Amino acid sequence: MSAAAPSVAPAMADPAAIRVQQVSRDFAAGGQVLRVLHGIDLEVRSGELTYLVGESGSGKTTLISIIAGILYPTEGEVEVFGTDLYSLTDRKLVEFRLSTIGFIFQQYNLIPTIDAASNAAVPLIAGGTPRAEATERAQAMLERLGIGDQGAKLPSQLSGGQQQRVAIARALVHEPRLVVCDEPTAALDAKSGRTVMSLLREVAVKPDRSVIIVTHDNRIFDLADRILVMEDGRITHDGTTVPSHEA
Amino acid sequence: MGAGRVFGKPGVDWDSRMTWIALRMLTGDRMKFLGLVFGIAFSTLLITQQLTIFVNLLGRGATAVYNIQTVDLWVMDPVSRTPDVVFPMPATALDKVRSVEGVAWAVPHLRSVAAVRTPSGDLEGVSIVGVDDATLIGLPERFASGRPQDLASPDAVFIDDVGAEKLFTGVDPVGRRLELNDQRAIVRGVVDVVPSFTAQVVLYTRYSEALNYVPGSRNRLSFVLAKAAPGVDPEVLARRIATETGLRVRTRDQFADDGINFIIENTGIPINFGITVALGFIVGIAIVGLTFSLFIRDNVKQFGALKAIGVHNGRITRMVAAQAALVGLIGYGLGLLMAALFIAIGAASGGAFKGFYIPWQIPTMTLLGVVLILALTGWIALRTVLRTEPASVFR
Repeated sequence: MSAAAPSVAPAMADPAAIRVQQVSRDFAAGGQVLRVLHGIDLEVRSGELTYLVGESGSGKTTLISIIAGILYPTEGEVEVFGTDLYSLTDRKLVEFRLSTIGFIFQQYNLIPTIDAASNAAVPLIAGGTPRAEATERAQAMLERLGIGDQGAKLPSQLSGGQQQRVAIARALVHEPRLVVCDEPTAALDAKSGRTVMSLLREVAVKPDRSVIIVTHDNRIFDLADRILVMEDGRITHDGTTVPSHEA
Repeated sequence: MGAGRVFGKPGVDWDSRMTWIALRMLTGDRMKFLGLVFGIAFSTLLITQQLTIFVNLLGRGATAVYNIQTVDLWVMDPVSRTPDVVFPMPATALDKVRSVEGVAWAVPHLRSVAAVRTPSGDLEGVSIVGVDDATLIGLPERFASGRPQDLASPDAVFIDDVGAEKLFTGVDPVGRRLELNDQRAIVRGVVDVVPSFTAQVVLYTRYSEALNYVPGSRNRLSFVLAKAAPGVDPEVLARRIATETGLRVRTRDQFADDGINFIIENTGIPINFGITVALGFIVGIAIVGLTFSLFIRDNVKQFGALKAIGVHNGRITRMVAAQAALVGLIGYGLGLLMAALFIAIGAASGGAFKGFYIPWQIPTMTLLGVVLILALTGWIALRTVLRTEPASVFR
């Protein structure tokens, strides 16, 4: 491992990619403290594509933020590939995210003034890979996602589906072990959404990797290995399908 | 799969690569980038130009002193303040000064005002400078036309080059007649000097001629110009002359400063220029601050995404600093170039800006101002980014 990577070594032998123990999260609102997560316990295995579904305000985005190491829990512990995230210093946590987690955002959040290949190369560049090499690897990832011919275009020159594929390339280019996605198909039509999700499943889901997706999109529920349903800050269902009222 | 193996060398390289992204974020938004550069360039131009004009105008309070090269000491009545604020002395003052030990030589010098009828028939106020008849000490050294000995002719006067353009626009003044306080004067030469603060036309003549041109009281000796003997410290000699004669004695540099200080103390120029410089600074902060804030606001999601991906606040700070540095470098360079062109063209035209130059201290001060503007506005903009929680990109 290079000096850029965190000193926390993933425990490869542990089959649980993510272990969430008694995680709660409070938010202050209008002078009151609001508990949005209530003692969540969860294990996510490697090699699985896991969906977090539920109504708005059910706590799924808060939970995925905590799992991704970008939001501290009020109580509880989170282990990602054997690393206790919130025992790390802030800097180590940032480095851990950079090396181990890939992010896909609902609004893509691509940098509008650099081309698609450079956007996809950002995690590598941030990690210290020379720009030419990073862009080459990003271009290869774009080709795997079927938009290799779009690498030189600015995000504004791409369709929504193409932009989301660039975002996926950015999330995967540095080969993270955990990929977290927030509503990746929310801004796409049904066909594009399904295509993007199929690609994500094909490229991202590997035996030593885990993918968690927050979604409302019932058109893609069939692509999940596991679906967790959240209501009022609690996981109320854990299965391979969703209860009929959620679907 | 090892998570860390995809990463390269840490340290400076990381930042230089992220700097590339930061600069592309900045330059890709062309309107805001140009707005930022314009803001800095405009501030630089305004601050540099106004400070330069201010400093050079102040310097003109000293030009009457510095136009005369060979003199160590200016001796005057105790109430005289500057070359233009003079209370005349009796002619005996010259002998008193000459009698002081350590004085190599001393010559009379007259400075007064008169009215001259211009070729077009208008009246113009002029300064009359009477220089020593025998040595012509007091006469500037550089000539645009004519020779020092031409001043020996009857009724001869030399005119300063800027004044010549004012009185004889487009016409060679040499040989022209002037009506000076009802007496005839003939222009025999043009001296090349930096104009005085008042930009009044200056006519140089022999001391004996000047006495004729300038009617007045019995006492008309404005200054005694003296040189210290070899090995004598001018400052020591100044104190000795003052003690022995009761007159006011200033070294060349002291008297130059007196002229500058008189302008500072008795005119509104420092306040006016100070206000303009402050406006340049404030306008810079306003334009750059607003544009920078808009730029950051437009990119806050991207910065948030970078933070989530794993770019820590220190590197985000350096990215914004790199953006500010690029804007500062280009804006400052352009502004300085425009200010330098403005001053150079003005100085070359020989008019009101004759002799103007940009002292190195002014670009340095402007640079500090620009750094301050960018640090302040960058910090304000940066706070938004640093406060952005990485988790906000999931909302």
